[in-house]
Amino acid sequence: MTSVAWTRRRLAFGRFWDGFRHERAGVIGLAVLVAAVVLALAAPLFIGESVTNVVKGTGDRMAAPSLDYPFGTDESGRSILLMVWWGSRTSLLIGFLAALLTIGIGAVVGIAAGHFRGWIGAVLMRVTDWFLVLPSLVTALVLAAILGGSTLTIIIAIGVTSWPSTARLIRAQTLAVEARPYIERSKALGGGHWHITTRHVLPNVAPLLLASTTLEVASAIVTESTLAFLGVSANKTSWGTMLRASYDWGAVNQGAWWYILIPGLCIVAVVMAFTLCGRALESVLNPRLRKAGV
Amino acid sequence: MTTPLDAAEPAVQAAGSGDGRPAYRGTLRYALSKAGGALLSVAMVIIGTFFAFRLLPGDPVRALAQGRNMTPAQLDLERHRLGLDKPLIEQFFDFVGKTLRLDLGTSYEYKRPVIDLIGDRIGATLLLAGTGLAIAVIFGLWQGIRAGWRPGSRFDRFSTGVSLVLWSVPTFWLGLLLLMTFAAGIGPIPGLFPTRGIESVDAPDGFAYLLDVGMHMVLPCLTLAAVVYAQYLMVMRSSLLEEVSQDYVTTARAKGLRDDDVRRRHAVPNALLPTVTLVFMRIGFVVGGAVTVEAVFSWPGLGQLFYEAIRVPDFTLMQGTFMLIAVAVILMNTLADVVYHVLDPRVRSA
Repeated sequence: MTSVAWTRRRLAFGRFWDGFRHERAGVIGLAVLVAAVVLALAAPLFIGESVTNVVKGTGDRMAAPSLDYPFGTDESGRSILLMVWWGSRTSLLIGFLAALLTIGIGAVVGIAAGHFRGWIGAVLMRVTDWFLVLPSLVTALVLAAILGGSTLTIIIAIGVTSWPSTARLIRAQTLAVEARPYIERSKALGGGHWHITTRHVLPNVAPLLLASTTLEVASAIVTESTLAFLGVSANKTSWGTMLRASYDWGAVNQGAWWYILIPGLCIVAVVMAFTLCGRALESVLNPRLRKAGV
Repeated sequence: MTTPLDAAEPAVQAAGSGDGRPAYRGTLRYALSKAGGALLSVAMVIIGTFFAFRLLPGDPVRALAQGRNMTPAQLDLERHRLGLDKPLIEQFFDFVGKTLRLDLGTSYEYKRPVIDLIGDRIGATLLLAGTGLAIAVIFGLWQGIRAGWRPGSRFDRFSTGVSLVLWSVPTFWLGLLLLMTFAAGIGPIPGLFPTRGIESVDAPDGFAYLLDVGMHMVLPCLTLAAVVYAQYLMVMRSSLLEEVSQDYVTTARAKGLRDDDVRRRHAVPNALLPTVTLVFMRIGFVVGGAVTVEAVFSWPGLGQLFYEAIRVPDFTLMQGTFMLIAVAVILMNTLADVVYHVLDPRVRSA
């Protein structure tokens, strides 16, 4: 029985990969993504936390790009290249964890709201709609400011404010799945709430969850950088805190374009990679979109 | 931040009464139920704010005093003045009562009532956000219509590419780039626009003053509009795409209408309604953008006030501006919901 299931899964994955391969933008996104993650993970093998140390800057202040410092230096003479490399670890970590939290809350609330039709579902949807209208960036700023800026609180602030759209998406999908006859069969055989949601609904919404996770990582990275720029951040070097420092130290007026351009380009590249990947996943996995040719 | 790419989700449910009563009765009932929902949301904002700001780690008086040295007697006095020596439930009702009377407390940073500060700043924000929103809506919808009408064309691919890039760009970074290039000036480009604020120190009177403010507005407006416009483009495009394959469009073509007429008179009106509603549903995103833009360009509006409150941090000010922004967004959403119901004949006559 298990071997049948596994064969089926392997075949399904093969079909999926076949579809994904033909999404050129998605493949490019995936390549950039893998490169960024590998670089971030491998960073400690080559450099250490010390590249972000203010007193260990080796170059001139705000020096333009040169052979020694390919992307120039910042206000303390630290190499922008190494800072960006080390900072990618914080940016990506917060992006991934915040997206996981978002999807986790969104999936639980969405499935519960779709599965329990009565007042539980109504209350959950009411709460979801409330969070949906709240201006998420402003709310995240308040939460991060109240809880104090550590990596964990930034992750919580992003997760708590961005789950509602996922919850709505998952609820719609749950309703569609639960209308199918095999759910009725499962109920007739005595399947409880837990069995139905985890064994039947969850596997069916899982592909959608994967696509939304990828898109959520993209927006979480943007939100993290915005929060850091607006002054609530984990006091660790990330692309957002670098841009904050460039603004504070007057890189704009001194024409230190490398200080502003490089961290920003990193954000844009990674966010676009995640977005392209997520859209490709969506169009492969979501038959409705595939048919419409969006 | 929500992804603009899942715009196809039906954000507005058709809530027709369908029991044969006059249509306006249904609309009225719908509006009332929506207003009730909005009131509940506003209540949730006030309750949520009260408890969220009680989560402040440590002694709120010390947090409010920002670590200034105070004797225990002074602390007690301050605690009494703020009503923090009362039981929590009493504090809660005090808070609700004051908030409903628009008494949002006094800012520690400015030593002035929060509501006065908000009153001073709100005009600048409305000017910036209104202009930015108008530009974004006009260009976004126009380009979205052109792109969605011919999916896969060169114009469509270009538009999708542009909006994808703009969507990936953090608002504040775009602002920094514009600031560096066009305000501070770089290389051969001289500084064309002012770098900060809403008016020059030595601003002249009359028409020249308007011109001065206009010059100050160019870059902040451009930044805000660029990011928001990308979203509207995508929403309009996908909304029109859903219409393009409908039967009535085929019929319109079959009876020999010119392509332009099919688009202008048949497809676009149908696609426009959900789009415009979605545009206003996502007003929270515009507000987030406005806060960021105001911070970058030191635009003296509500967003900058909020940003300063976070930087200090001044929790009374933060709490007041947050509640105001949240309530404003909720009201805009409700309004959009009701207007949609009134405008869309498909919903009204259901």
